[in-house]
Amino acid sequence: MNIELLGIIVLWTFLYCYIIIASIDFGAGFFAYYGKVTKNDHLINNLISRYLSPVWEITNVFFVFFFVGIIGFFPSVAYYFGTALLIPGSISLVLLAIRGSFYAFSNYGSKENKVYLFLYGATGLLIPASLCTVLTISGGGYIVEKEGVIKFLAEKLLSSIYSWSVVIIAIISVLYIGATFLTFYASKAKDEGALSLLRQYALFWTVPTILSSFLVFVGLRDNNLHFYQNIINRFWWMFLLSLICFLIASTLILLKRNYGTAFIFVMLQFFFAFFGYGAAHMPYILDPYITIYNGYTNQTSGTMLVIVFVLGLLLLIPSLLFIFKLFLFDAEYVQGKK
Amino acid sequence: MELDNVTLSRLLTSMTLVFHIIFATIGVGIPLMIAIAEGLGILKKDTHYLLMARRWARGYTITVAVGVVTGTCIGLQLSLLWPSFMRIAGQSISFPLFMETFAFFFEAIFLGIYLYTWDRFKKPIYHWLIILPVILGSTLSAFFITTVNAFMNTPQGFTLKNGSIKTVDPIAAMFNPATPSKTLHVVVTAYVASALILTSIAAIQMLRGNITEYTKKGLRLAATMGLIFAVLTGVTGDVSAKFLAKYQPEKLAAIEWHFETEKGADFILFGKLNDETHEIKYEIRIPKLLSFLSFSDFNAPVTGLNEFPKDETPPLFIHYLFDVKMTFVGLIILMTFLFVTFSIKKKDWMHHKWLLRGLALTGPLAMINIELGWMIAEIGRQPWILRGYMKVSEGATTAKGLGSMFWLFFALYVFLGVFCTVVIRKMFIHNSPEEELEYRYKK
Repeated sequence: MNIELLGIIVLWTFLYCYIIIASIDFGAGFFAYYGKVTKNDHLINNLISRYLSPVWEITNVFFVFFFVGIIGFFPSVAYYFGTALLIPGSISLVLLAIRGSFYAFSNYGSKENKVYLFLYGATGLLIPASLCTVLTISGGGYIVEKEGVIKFLAEKLLSSIYSWSVVIIAIISVLYIGATFLTFYASKAKDEGALSLLRQYALFWTVPTILSSFLVFVGLRDNNLHFYQNIINRFWWMFLLSLICFLIASTLILLKRNYGTAFIFVMLQFFFAFFGYGAAHMPYILDPYITIYNGYTNQTSGTMLVIVFVLGLLLLIPSLLFIFKLFLFDAEYVQGKK
Repeated sequence: MELDNVTLSRLLTSMTLVFHIIFATIGVGIPLMIAIAEGLGILKKDTHYLLMARRWARGYTITVAVGVVTGTCIGLQLSLLWPSFMRIAGQSISFPLFMETFAFFFEAIFLGIYLYTWDRFKKPIYHWLIILPVILGSTLSAFFITTVNAFMNTPQGFTLKNGSIKTVDPIAAMFNPATPSKTLHVVVTAYVASALILTSIAAIQMLRGNITEYTKKGLRLAATMGLIFAVLTGVTGDVSAKFLAKYQPEKLAAIEWHFETEKGADFILFGKLNDETHEIKYEIRIPKLLSFLSFSDFNAPVTGLNEFPKDETPPLFIHYLFDVKMTFVGLIILMTFLFVTFSIKKKDWMHHKWLLRGLALTGPLAMINIELGWMIAEIGRQPWILRGYMKVSEGATTAKGLGSMFWLFFALYVFLGVFCTVVIRKMFIHNSPEEELEYRYKK
């Protein structure tokens, strides 16, 4: 396997990790706010903040990691996307900044403040919506280069049904992943009240999840035919596996059993869909300007980045396991006894 | 007035950095102070120090949050505002940028653990050990990110052909001539500023009448550490001067208003420059000191500004920034030195109202100095973004809408600044150390 492909797989894996972890975070933030509004906060908010408090910073690092990595491996990305996305990128940044700091403000500072919780919950849905448009753009057609000047066709993006269907699936997935994870966490905490409420949320979001993914498929056919054909002809089986995982997960939650396994299947569901999507996208990073081959950095830097990456993982994985052991798999902590 | 993209990109980048640096500095320095306090607490079995570590750590979480989000902003703004620069230099600096993220990741994981395991380990020393990776992570991330800035000052480790990079040596790029002096100075000054901010907080508490054992111990610990680190900056400042003289003589010459290359160059403090005639008035002139500071030799020749093309020299007002900075350094060392001397020899004087007022000022002065130092360093390499290779005007984005983005971020930083202050104040105002001591340690 060549190093360009290895590089993009590494980065894609990181983006996948970010999507799962951030969805839990964004979903939890929204449910914490929703719980407050519907006066169910006594049931779920303690549980949510017990999980989130020690790990919120890590979520953000996954994101930074991805974009530093992609610019390192593929410097042209900085040039094309950086020039085109000044305004949408800045808006996403402001949302991220508000969200990150207001989590800390509301959790360590003043716990009872509704405004803080609102800012935290609302931005949690807007951020995935704004970030996922970058994926739409990477499919091509919204950034054009003419005589060395890069132009972003914002109006075209905003009036595209496909682009909005991606936004919808992003938001729904966030709520679905968040709810299924919290259901598992509540069952771990043996917190019956929270469990029954969160289980309802999880089940509620199953139908929209599946409907919106069909919507995206239809939109994709009209938007980028060769990308769509790539999916249908070569990677259909990954999407089939994704659907099967989704069905297993939903069934388990419906039957009120094995919530941990159910969440693993939710992760697999998104894993197959996300990697199927990514594989069909190859070799383009920005259709048709950047491919993983022409946008690749020089061999030396690329190799060193991979080396650092592996060494870094050797350090990070034990640390991550340590923190998960302390806060996710320590039954007494989860139950609030520590 | 319509500003062009280059000016707007510069303004927006400066604004983000000026705001971020406050939190980044605290982020690097405070974990060390927390570790010292908790370590003392465990060693002396003194609950005051244990509580101090706990309270500092709690306030720290809020500043970390703002530091993280503004750090994310500057990280992305590099690509959003300077895409052409990133396309070229990105290949050389991606390596330290990536390492920086790793260091930060490491810090984030262990900070989470540290903050939520105060009472979970049987032996207190286990909890203390967890702060060590936090210090390591924060200091290393300061180191790596500073190497990127050092690279922009003295780029090396690549070859250019027709405007695109051909061969790259990321290690040589990272360990460029500016790296040792810059990273040392950044880390040490972050320690100084953090210790002095804690000094200020304790001093203000005492001025308000909260003269308790807790505040006394806090003040003594913070001010003593502040003095120790401040003295160390003398060493790192000297390393920096020698570096500048050798590798960036135009920056040093601009700081010192040194026009003609000469042997035995004078050191100039304060003064006023006539822009036309380059005549300097009202200055304090120390003969031959500049030569000595630059090369450890009173008669060494120091390159003057006139040796450089006019369009490649930095603006001369940085000398004034330097004057202010040196004055503040003097004040800080004076205050902390008096306090530490009194705390050893003349205990009756150490909490004198005027001394406390002076100490209360040291934190803000140190933070202003951090900002001034960065301004001198950054404005001092104008007009280059990549010294000798790429001018700032060639690196800025061509996208429209920068003006409104400037105001968007301005609003964000004001908003964050205000809320951050409010939240930190609230955290401590209704929760005095004495009450907390009572319910935590004396059940």
